[in-house]
Amino acid sequence: MASAPNLLSSDAPDHKRYFLTHLGLTERLLERCLGEALSAGGEFADLYFEAVTSTSLGMDEGIVKTAAQGISVGCGIRVLSGERTGYAYTDDLSPERLLKAARTAALIANGPQTQRVQGFNETRTPSLYPVTGVTADAEIAEKLKLIERANKAARDYDSRITQVRASINDELRRILIAASDGTYASDTQPLARLNVAVIAKDATNTARGTSGGGGRITLDFFEGNKSPEHFAREAARTAILQLGAIAAPAGEMEVVLGPGWPGVLLHEAVGHGLEADFNRKKTSAFAGLIGQQVASSKVTVVDNGRMPGRRGSINVDDEGNATQETVLIEKGILRGYLSDKLSSRLMDMPNTGSGRRESYQSIPMPRMTNTYMLNGEDEPGDILKSVKRGLYAVNFGGGQVDITSGKFVFTASEAYLIEDGVVTAPVKGATLIGNGPEALKYVSMVGNDLALDEGVGTCGKAGQSVPVGVGMPTIKLDRMTVGGTGH
Amino acid sequence: MSTTANAAYATDLKQLAEQAVARALALGATDAEVVAVESEEFHVNVRLGQVEQLTESGSRALGLRVLFAEGTGSRTASTSTSDLSPEGVTRIIESAVQLARVTGVDPFAGLPEREAFGSNDVAALALYFNDVDAITPAERIEIARGCEAAAMAYDTRIQNSSGADFDASTLRRFMTNSRGFSGEYRSSYCGFSVTPIAQDASGAMQRDFWYSSARTAKLLESPEAIGRIAAQRALRRLGARPVPTQRCPVVFAPEVARGLMGNLLAAADGDSIYRNSSMFSGKLGEQVAGENITMIDDGTMVFDHDLEDGTHLRVGGFGTSPFDGDGLPTRRTVVIERGVLKHLMLNTYTARKLNMQSTGKASRGLAGAPGIGGGNYFLEPGVLTPEQVIGGVSSGLYVLQTMGHGVNLVTGDYSVGASGLWIENGELAYPVEQITIAGNLKDIFRNVVAIGNDLEFRGSGAVPTVRVDGMTVAGS
Repeated sequence: MASAPNLLSSDAPDHKRYFLTHLGLTERLLERCLGEALSAGGEFADLYFEAVTSTSLGMDEGIVKTAAQGISVGCGIRVLSGERTGYAYTDDLSPERLLKAARTAALIANGPQTQRVQGFNETRTPSLYPVTGVTADAEIAEKLKLIERANKAARDYDSRITQVRASINDELRRILIAASDGTYASDTQPLARLNVAVIAKDATNTARGTSGGGGRITLDFFEGNKSPEHFAREAARTAILQLGAIAAPAGEMEVVLGPGWPGVLLHEAVGHGLEADFNRKKTSAFAGLIGQQVASSKVTVVDNGRMPGRRGSINVDDEGNATQETVLIEKGILRGYLSDKLSSRLMDMPNTGSGRRESYQSIPMPRMTNTYMLNGEDEPGDILKSVKRGLYAVNFGGGQVDITSGKFVFTASEAYLIEDGVVTAPVKGATLIGNGPEALKYVSMVGNDLALDEGVGTCGKAGQSVPVGVGMPTIKLDRMTVGGTGH
Repeated sequence: MSTTANAAYATDLKQLAEQAVARALALGATDAEVVAVESEEFHVNVRLGQVEQLTESGSRALGLRVLFAEGTGSRTASTSTSDLSPEGVTRIIESAVQLARVTGVDPFAGLPEREAFGSNDVAALALYFNDVDAITPAERIEIARGCEAAAMAYDTRIQNSSGADFDASTLRRFMTNSRGFSGEYRSSYCGFSVTPIAQDASGAMQRDFWYSSARTAKLLESPEAIGRIAAQRALRRLGARPVPTQRCPVVFAPEVARGLMGNLLAAADGDSIYRNSSMFSGKLGEQVAGENITMIDDGTMVFDHDLEDGTHLRVGGFGTSPFDGDGLPTRRTVVIERGVLKHLMLNTYTARKLNMQSTGKASRGLAGAPGIGGGNYFLEPGVLTPEQVIGGVSSGLYVLQTMGHGVNLVTGDYSVGASGLWIENGELAYPVEQITIAGNLKDIFRNVVAIGNDLEFRGSGAVPTVRVDGMTVAGS
């Protein structure tokens, strides 16, 4: 792909070596398995090998209570025949079991072999994130220090903080993909996340606050301004703020969303609806809308899997294709969908490198990576001043969308009233609801303060979870329904 | 992992688990506990009559927890793996022992006392039926296909579908520890569902779904009947619109009432109770809901079924298991009785924190210490039919679906997206969507003014139709 060629290092690490040396795989065996997978007439087959080591450490009530490590190794074998997908997986990588899984997946097709396995052509990958090893003892000590610091900073923030839980979770995911079309790719994907959850209590109220962040990073990430203290204070600040929150208003009103994580709006309102599988099946409210106005002309939204160190970034997708920056909405006009191998073939459209899966047990499908809105020209201060009566939401919990009706929700965890252009009282959590193909048409102002989230997003689709990022500058929506109980 | 290693791939999960416990003890652990699971999975998705996806596989995995006693408490760590080769198993034993060194001494950590362990009679719980495996792939595909076809034939406004699925799985779970507990059971599951898409003249689309699931093929409902219900559910949403913001009675259909009233058990979760982070913290023995509310969690339920051929069948509930994640026998617990918080959802750890006895609600995945998870649960039904509950509302909302995660169990604040039907003069009048419903659970549980008699277990939890007054509906 055209973007970011400078990231292609000439001494790129050999990610596949782990599979060929440690797990005893050979290219000859990969070819045999692919041959077996195509033996019943399938048009395409791929093998997805995955080895994941995950570690989690948790401090709770001032004690390191949890230390856990998990290992998952396996291979998923897929065969495509027209619109049909046959799939089988195994956690035993012996040649007999791999060939058996290949034969099981092969049976989705029903005929004599028609396709041959092409010679492997290795995908050139960028290096968007550091290549690390599996957590060493020294690193465990370092991680313990981080959660101890978070624990202390949260408790020191305010005497009303009564409970603190700090944890750090990280994983190292190694993948190797070999396909009958010659695709041959591998990657080593680190992922870490620090999390702080607190409870604040005063004479009358109890409230919770959470914060966290990370990415595909090494631990020194937490030594800069994204320190354990930063996340701890953020969690504590939110909880204390909530102690005094009043009821959120109810009904349709002007809504200003702050920069960063509120970009989850884009993920729910348009992102899922633009995944190619839903549009191929015409089950998305966005089906057939390419080239049409789906947002105000101030809105440009992209999905970018190539941002160094970001939680949603990947060097290659889970089908072995290079990731890219894809323009979804350009100045309000719907430009494209996020596609994988199957949908790009069936819909005769470019493959955007969006094929992702939760694990070797899952069939890949089009997914988002880092989805964000580009900067506009408004000053955030001016945006707030323009609102007579409305809601200013700066942080959110999760969201959800019904891609067929287009209705989506996302729940504010930190929000304030805006009265005559001034941000006033904090309000309790409230769910906001809108209609995907309509909501962004009401975006009347777009700030110049684009920020991405701290690195905590996990997206669920059809039972599969993958890490993602979102981002947005401050924006104003002229109307949106706020689900509070107040006036 | 090598071929040689795989030749020695232990075939006996039980033996593997027992060896792992012994090896952890040999490395100095005071106590050790192993969970081993083996599962077989089948999934097929049929869309517009054609098979789109078919997955068939099996997997095995092992989870280990080690404890090192120190003073009056323990250090503890856990590991898990899907690599059951001798090297893989050795690796998780050694890393668990190493990891435990970095943890702190928790005065409350530790396996249950020996006398607490136990298992209900596995055979009597009727969790496994081999007829699930006996349905051939072709029959499974045919069930999904028939279900989708019935949905699509129901009305000309249904011309598309997200597909129909058929799933079958069997699971074998084994648990053993260094205090003499050893338990094992198998369970089976099969089910199918369909999601048709209805479209009106304006081009607006609505989808909905319906399903049937069971532990035995004998209890699966007719694919055609399920398809018709799914079609009706999608069709009745066509033309939905928002309603003005207002306070009004809200009637929750069983599928959504289950989630709403399930919050009673979530708020009684021992983990958040001891942290003082639940709205029910410190409320044991107090009135937390209306007197008409009795909520029970029961991990031992077995249901009687009279089949059409005149035979009789006993089948365990979807939330039934012989022992919990600590190795204690599951049991029936009245959590809320006539509105009073009677018992908490406790595992061994949270019970110790609260100086109480476990109520057998430990849940245990492969990794980590046991958490809290119930078995089957239900709200005691009332006497009104659902029609009578709806009939009592002059103007209000009948909720069929909620969206989002706007439930705060610390404060009780509740705010979720919703869709359903508007009730006018006791009749269902027109579909509504793009609205939210909000209130506080502490008030909601006291303002349940009507409970239906339509208690039906379609999953591990069942709650009949309920009417709640005083909630805020936000819309246009």
